[in-house]
Amino acid sequence: MEIGISHYLILSGILFSIGFVGVLRRKNLLMLFFATEIMLNAVNVAFAAIGNYYGDLSGQMFAFFIIAVAASEVAVGLGLLILLHKRYGSLDLEVISSMKG
Amino acid sequence: MEKFVYIALFAPFVGALFAGLFFARSPKTHLVGIVNSSLIAVAFVSAVTLALHVAEHGAVHVQMMTWIAVGDLNIPFGFLVDEVSVTMMLVVTLVSTIVHIYSTGYMNHDKGYNRFFSYLSAFVFSMMILVMSDNFAGLFIGWEGVGVCSWLLIGFWYHKEDKTFEENPSISPSWAANEAFIMNRIADLGMLVGIFLIYWNVGSLQYDVVFKALPHLADGLLVAIAMALFIGAMGKSAQFPLHTWLTDAMEGPTPVSALIHAATMVTAGVFLVIRANPLFSLDAVHGVSMFIASLGAFVAFYAASMALSARDIKRIVALSTLSQLGYMFAAAGLGAYWIALFHLAAHAFFKALLFLGAGNVMHAMDDELDIFKMGGMKKVMRGSYIYMGIASFALAGLPIMAGFYSKDAIIETAFNDGSFIIWGILVITAGMTAFYSFRQVFFTFHGEERYKALGFHPHDMYKYVLVAMAPLAVLAISFGWFMDNFHEFITKNLPDYEMSHETHHLAPYLGTIVIVLALIGICIAYIKYAGKGDKAWKRNEKKENSFIYKLVANQYYVPKFYDEFIVQPYTVASDKFWEMDKAIVDGTVDFIAKVIYVSGDVSRGMQNGNLSSYLNWMGVGALLLVLGAGISAFIG
Repeated sequence: MEIGISHYLILSGILFSIGFVGVLRRKNLLMLFFATEIMLNAVNVAFAAIGNYYGDLSGQMFAFFIIAVAASEVAVGLGLLILLHKRYGSLDLEVISSMKG
Repeated sequence: MEKFVYIALFAPFVGALFAGLFFARSPKTHLVGIVNSSLIAVAFVSAVTLALHVAEHGAVHVQMMTWIAVGDLNIPFGFLVDEVSVTMMLVVTLVSTIVHIYSTGYMNHDKGYNRFFSYLSAFVFSMMILVMSDNFAGLFIGWEGVGVCSWLLIGFWYHKEDKTFEENPSISPSWAANEAFIMNRIADLGMLVGIFLIYWNVGSLQYDVVFKALPHLADGLLVAIAMALFIGAMGKSAQFPLHTWLTDAMEGPTPVSALIHAATMVTAGVFLVIRANPLFSLDAVHGVSMFIASLGAFVAFYAASMALSARDIKRIVALSTLSQLGYMFAAAGLGAYWIALFHLAAHAFFKALLFLGAGNVMHAMDDELDIFKMGGMKKVMRGSYIYMGIASFALAGLPIMAGFYSKDAIIETAFNDGSFIIWGILVITAGMTAFYSFRQVFFTFHGEERYKALGFHPHDMYKYVLVAMAPLAVLAISFGWFMDNFHEFITKNLPDYEMSHETHHLAPYLGTIVIVLALIGICIAYIKYAGKGDKAWKRNEKKENSFIYKLVANQYYVPKFYDEFIVQPYTVASDKFWEMDKAIVDGTVDFIAKVIYVSGDVSRGMQNGNLSSYLNWMGVGALLLVLGAGISAFIG
């Protein structure tokens, strides 16, 4: 069986759904970060696959950009996480709910 | 000459602004009274200058600026000073000047001294616009302006409590002010319709253009315009059935009654008819003119009959004003416009004098108005006694006095016109006028000193105030001597009224009848009310309970009728409509507000501060968006 575009897209969809469910269900902020990373990379897979399918390099270029953005976002995000952990002693979302309406 | 027009017009306005802007909240300042009186005096001097100019060189027509210029509609701020308007300007500014000076004394102890002068000057300004405008729109602005100022001034003592109708027929100053304003609004609607009709069919509101175009209009239309304009005049000049506000307007300070409700504003209706004389003298509207004359004669008699039994010193004067306005309308309706204007001016002088004299009496009696409680006051109030005597002689139309010439001319006009019913009514009314005006004088100044038992200590007004009233007294005596000069001056602009030769030789006899009736009236009043000791007047319970006396004393139950059949049903209807309004209109609005409020209350639960649940909501939203996009892609 040849691996075609549809396989990549299905993989991408599964990964995205896993990440999405993770964002919705997880209570730990670090885990939420993981989940968003999974979603980003699911999109990367889709970009690269579609770029290859059409013989167009811009899909892969987008993937690179996303990797770069995700890296810097993680750097900033982890810094914030450390600060939060210092302040609350925990990364549980139930604990750090200060924005009550 | 243009600058005098502007000075006459804007000097009172400057006074109103001066008092209103800078002194409205400050305590009583004599400066305000002095400055405002001088500004009105300046306006008077300008008016005199203009009058001399007009007499020599004819009308002055100035256009200050464009006011409304939209499409075909072009209404400029233009002012026309011709023989008619300059006469009105002279009367208005002269009486205003004296009333202003008088007020500095009369309102001396009042807290609202500065406010009073601001309103009074504003009134003079509006009145000047009314008489000087060269188009109907400007006239209407002045018309409404005097209405507002009248409302402000009647309700000047707005803090007084409402009383029952039996205790005080005009209930309270604010009630009286509202009544006057609302009645005038009803009439103003008629006037507005008239102005609209003119604009629709002529395409302009300038007097000269309109009057030139009138003869080409259809007869029915002319009648409609004349009727509509006259309805406006009826409101302002308090003609039946819109007359009840005038007697109630006596709740205002007396200088206001003298200036607004005797000399100037109430004559605006007569002025309108005189101004629009090219319309009212057309053959097509002869019926309307006859109606005006008949209504005038009716009101003259009707008001005089009510004055016969009135006890309130100011109401008597107010009713006599009403009666004299009837005379003016009778003259104007019969086509004797210049005689109407002459009577208007003469009446302004002697009636203002009478009112100011009544004000002195009131002032002396601590605002007591009931003439039954006065009497024998000529010893303590010699100046006011003389003035009121002169004014009453003029009002009664005794020879030499101003009222003799003007009223006699009106009565002769009615006879000459062949309207013998109107003539008869006017002659009888002249006798009644003499009776009730002297009844008031004798009650107040002659007879037993009833006030002493009641503990009053009357004293006459300040000397300077009495001196300031002198010009009015002089004019009340002598104005009639200038009738021929006035005739020559005014007929350059107004149509002359020729007495026919068949009846003119009867004029002396007719005049004699009037004089004899007036003298009889005065004699009866003297016998009944001026006696002392045994002959002193006593209350006659039986007479006071008779049907006719009660009918007249209650103003023919007209105010009661209005209250019962118009005001109260209207109140009930208003209550019902208010409930409907609350249920339907308010209900709808409240429902919308409630939905938003409840939905906000419910969705507030989303904002629980938990990032996880926020993310869930976001996820749901994102899914919904994707779903929506998918569906829309699928559909089309």
